[in-house]
Amino acid sequence: MKLVACVKRVPATDTRVRVAADGVSLDPQGVEWIVSPYDEFAVEEAIRIREKLAGSELVVVSLGPAEAAKEIRTCLAMGADRGVLLEDRAAYARDVSSVAEALAGAIREIGPDLALFGRQSVDSDSAGVGPFVAALLGWPVLTFVRKLELGDGLVRGHREIEGATEVVEARLPAVVTAEKGLNEPRYPSLKGIMAAKKKPVDIRPAPPLAPRTRVVALELPPVRPPGKVVGKGKEAVPELLRLLREEAKAL
Amino acid sequence: MSVLVLAEQRQGQFRRAAFETVREGARLAGQLGAPLHVAALGSGIEKSAAALGGYGATKVLVVEGDAYTAYLGEAWAAAAAEVAKRVSARTLLLAATSLGKDLAPQVAARLGAGLVADCVALAVTDGEIEATRPVFAGKARVRVRSAGAPLVLTLRPNVFPAGNPTGPPAAVERVEVPPCPARSRVVGVETAAGRTVDLTEASIIVSGGRGMGGPENYRILEELAREIGAVVGASRASVDAGWRPHSDQVGQTGKTVSPNLYLAVGISGAIQHLAGMRTSKVIVAINKDPEAPIFKVADYGIVGDLFEVVPALTEAVRKRKAAEGAA
Repeated sequence: MKLVACVKRVPATDTRVRVAADGVSLDPQGVEWIVSPYDEFAVEEAIRIREKLAGSELVVVSLGPAEAAKEIRTCLAMGADRGVLLEDRAAYARDVSSVAEALAGAIREIGPDLALFGRQSVDSDSAGVGPFVAALLGWPVLTFVRKLELGDGLVRGHREIEGATEVVEARLPAVVTAEKGLNEPRYPSLKGIMAAKKKPVDIRPAPPLAPRTRVVALELPPVRPPGKVVGKGKEAVPELLRLLREEAKAL
Repeated sequence: MSVLVLAEQRQGQFRRAAFETVREGARLAGQLGAPLHVAALGSGIEKSAAALGGYGATKVLVVEGDAYTAYLGEAWAAAAAEVAKRVSARTLLLAATSLGKDLAPQVAARLGAGLVADCVALAVTDGEIEATRPVFAGKARVRVRSAGAPLVLTLRPNVFPAGNPTGPPAAVERVEVPPCPARSRVVGVETAAGRTVDLTEASIIVSGGRGMGGPENYRILEELAREIGAVVGASRASVDAGWRPHSDQVGQTGKTVSPNLYLAVGISGAIQHLAGMRTSKVIVAINKDPEAPIFKVADYGIVGDLFEVVPALTEAVRKRKAAEGAA
């Protein structure tokens, strides 16, 4: 089986956001970069499939700046076979459609049976790229998958919807987006890290696509007015209840 | 150049998120001076669709059929895109529910539109739509406009007011669209035990963190939740410890929520957690550590032992309800 996992280089989740001088992007000063956590679930799941089905190949694809080769190497160290970096210095200025079109082009060329994505990147949070790519390819998509099974030309996913789990089956080729809980991603072993150095990473320019949306401002959320400590211990409960009912009108 | 709202229903019932989206679509169309269209997909929904009139729809275009009984992205995206083309929609609104998040990108791809997901505010500036959406799980927000393409926008549930129903029932008009061969199907739905409202739709959330000490102690939160009509959530620490399911996690690698009231119990307030709940309207923190960062975002705090404070709160609510019931 041929597999593609798409990953994004993103700021670590404990990053404190500062706005750059351009007013529309993140100030990268001092930011640590990681593979987006949901994408790690996608990579891990793909590695497990590859380990189970002999003769499989897993290609990791990323659209990002040249530095994103590091995140691809991390995935190769986990166990992926080779990488493709669609290089774009201005990758973070792209919107969902211009990322999805570039990735869909690369996936079409690789021709996998299954393309896996994280449910969303933890920086732009759109949760749009996976299903957008699926629609461009004309493939079915299973989003927010917590459990994945492969059958004869089929993929079956358990996906969380409001108040229930839905089980959906799709014919391959298909797109899957990974939700937390799908698996526990492995840490690269020393042996894996050494092996990754010899694995090929194809670096090529990402197709220049015009975004369909434009960011006019990146800003910090409004500061919440300072709250008050109502009191200590259970003696404070009646006053809390009064405030919630009369002042906040929240109960 | 119209505004089209795709109103979401499940099992024939339109959801509050649909009412919010219709109301906001009507407001937006008014500001743009553009016609408003409202559409819905499903089977046996012609009667219930008329209720959308209460939220600003004068007519609802209904795509009916067995093919639309269960949600399937491919078929629904094809039908939604077809309706959008027929009404010359320049702006398409959906709720950012699990269905809307799956469907919106697929419709955008078919329409050659841009996607703006999970909006928390929409404005009309210089005659065009400017959407505000959180990024970095709420640690920042961006204001986004079109770069010339049509836009598909999803609206975060619980943020836009639906208001009380006001207008008369909407007229319902059936629309036929060509069938789409689907390569996927729903083979089963398992309802989560005891949970009918999702965290993202809840108006009150009681979340427990590391301070809960173990899975068995969540009982006291569940009792409080029952009294105040809340849904129980969790911090990443307690999910990673295996105390609560992943679906309960609030924060950067979990759910981003905006309830009317959020009670953080035994949660210190890591930056990733704060990001996921800071848009809650009212935040209450109960924590024994007065220095915990959660108190910086809380409107009201109690410093103390949660194992004393939470049962006392449950009891106080119960007594108040009994007193009101007797009055």
